[in-house]
Amino acid sequence: MSTSTPTTAAIGTNSYRQMPDARGHFGDYGGRYVAETLMPLILELEKEYRKAQADPAFKAQFDDLLEHYVGRPSPLYFAERLTEALGGAQVWFKRDELNHTGAHKINNCIGQILLAMRMGKTRIIAETGAGQHGVATATVCARFGLPCVIYMGATDVARQQPNVFRMKLLGAEVVPVTSGAATLKDAMNEGLRDWVANVHDTFYIIGTAAGPHPYPELVRDFQSVIGKEARAQMLSRINRLPDLLVAAIGGGSNALGLFHPFLDDPEVKMLGVEAAGYGLDGDQHAASLLGGFPGILHGNKTYLLQDEDGQITEGHSISAGLDYPGIGPEHAWLKDMGRVEYTAVTDDEALDAFQLLCRTEGIIPALEPSHAIAAVAKRAKEMDRDQIILANLCGRGDKDIFTVAEKLGVEM
Amino acid sequence: MTRLSNAFAKRHPALVCFLTAGDGDTSANLDALVAGGADVIELGMPFTDPMADGPAIQAANLRSLGVSTTTADVFAIASAFRERHKDVPLVLMGYANPMVRRGPEWFADQCKAAGVDGVICVDIPPEEDEALGPALRAAGIAPIRLATPTTDDKRLPAVVAGSEGFLYYVAVAGITGMQQAAIESIRANVARIKAATETPVAVGFGVRTPEQAAEIAEVADGVVVGSALVELVEKYGHDAPQHLRALTASLAKAVHSAAKAAA
Repeated sequence: MSTSTPTTAAIGTNSYRQMPDARGHFGDYGGRYVAETLMPLILELEKEYRKAQADPAFKAQFDDLLEHYVGRPSPLYFAERLTEALGGAQVWFKRDELNHTGAHKINNCIGQILLAMRMGKTRIIAETGAGQHGVATATVCARFGLPCVIYMGATDVARQQPNVFRMKLLGAEVVPVTSGAATLKDAMNEGLRDWVANVHDTFYIIGTAAGPHPYPELVRDFQSVIGKEARAQMLSRINRLPDLLVAAIGGGSNALGLFHPFLDDPEVKMLGVEAAGYGLDGDQHAASLLGGFPGILHGNKTYLLQDEDGQITEGHSISAGLDYPGIGPEHAWLKDMGRVEYTAVTDDEALDAFQLLCRTEGIIPALEPSHAIAAVAKRAKEMDRDQIILANLCGRGDKDIFTVAEKLGVEM
Repeated sequence: MTRLSNAFAKRHPALVCFLTAGDGDTSANLDALVAGGADVIELGMPFTDPMADGPAIQAANLRSLGVSTTTADVFAIASAFRERHKDVPLVLMGYANPMVRRGPEWFADQCKAAGVDGVICVDIPPEEDEALGPALRAAGIAPIRLATPTTDDKRLPAVVAGSEGFLYYVAVAGITGMQQAAIESIRANVARIKAATETPVAVGFGVRTPEQAAEIAEVADGVVVGSALVELVEKYGHDAPQHLRALTASLAKAVHSAAKAAA
């Protein structure tokens, strides 16, 4: 794929922060590839989002909920012992694992449920993989008193029981999806099927910066609070910007949330970390950008894990939250533009990084940011001691202790 | 005149019958549809993620992919059908990704070589149809658009503008094979669409019985039946052709005679 945009976009009037275009395209990617039944609805959603963006009351309510309900701003933390252990660049973390519900997902859910209520929708649906987005959606639905249906692959229901129970405690109906491989992509298919049959009253809270326009844009915008805070915190604490940002990527919302406010700071490099599963040389990974090809799925054009006939293939990762065969379209564009570098980390490397952070910092990270930490560990050693890496600690690891115990051969 | 325009120029409305390619003995099953009186054949291209389909066609997609049906197999089925049936229009229905994987031009050329008359792509709306639609038109293949109950008057012109062969009116806001739409809603929407285009309008989604088909045939140019046929393939396997032929014959009788009564 090629784009005509110059790679020096940050210079002069050009910017990396102006995407998508009016039709929801990020270069060749993004767009609105949905069934006709949904088209009028997503056009209306875009219209309503533009109004909300221009409405100070919407922003005020969003900010208020983020401060008093979610617990923002999240801390910016210098990981001193990890830095010492790695013996290279200084490692800092944006502590989004301290948010209410334990991950960055809630930022987006707050924004979308406010939009849903503006649009007069009375029923919420969502898909979930590991269950973090499902829990965050169930949480905001309980908070605002809206009925909530969560689609979750039957395989994921079985391996993420604590989150299933959390969603039920919060009053959500959890529907196990048995079609296909019974994981995240199948849950998303089922969410779209529900939506198409209930367009009149239902709002679909998509959990990552993917799907038909305007979802990739609005999810990014709601998650950008991460990068806006981090940028201001860096400047106020040490009066400089980091040299490198690092974040894990499944669909890519926590990474975009961190990266986007820094995209026009040319001195700040960025690294997105995909899940390499058992390794990129086989097909047991979830690295859409490094191991996939552009295609069309779930409403957008983006990099997909697929075979030569365009059939979608099943990703694998130790982290259920990264186990998705697609990626947000803005990442696809940023990759082609060369603004963000992408790499991948295996299950075993993520598991090592998980334990490293537990022991050096007293923080149990989720398996998703453990991928980012593994990449940080590699890069820090190659960088000078006066350089700064800022990684997004996008979720806490409570949900993952059973998976990790099993991998480490510990019976619980 | 094309095969599709001939099918819709008959004295009666057209019966459009759908099966998923590679699910069962597709060639024998398609022959049974033709023998039963189908006017247009709609051949589903299997896809791993059939988001617009209900349980019956989802399962058919998975059965087909489960026996490793490829895009080449789909075109082989289409080519063989065209050799056996010179005049029966054949339309491919499916999802965007398998259609654009090797490029829209490649896909359009394959359609042309296989004797395919039209293509229905579920997830490319007019707003995104810059590549596939033009490639199909250039190859002489009709891009067949979908209109739905949610297609408002503002969008309708853009939807009908690009549709050739026929326009597929999706009778329910939902997925295939599930609930049936009220005939009043179908009548009103088909009238609204026909006021906006000369293209024939065929109605599908949720049409399962000859009675329903007859009712819809009174108000539309064609009736599409899919899930009810696909279920027979699942239920009867290699014995499916006789059952497909019987159901198609009763549907054809209902659709074809309903119009005579109206005419």
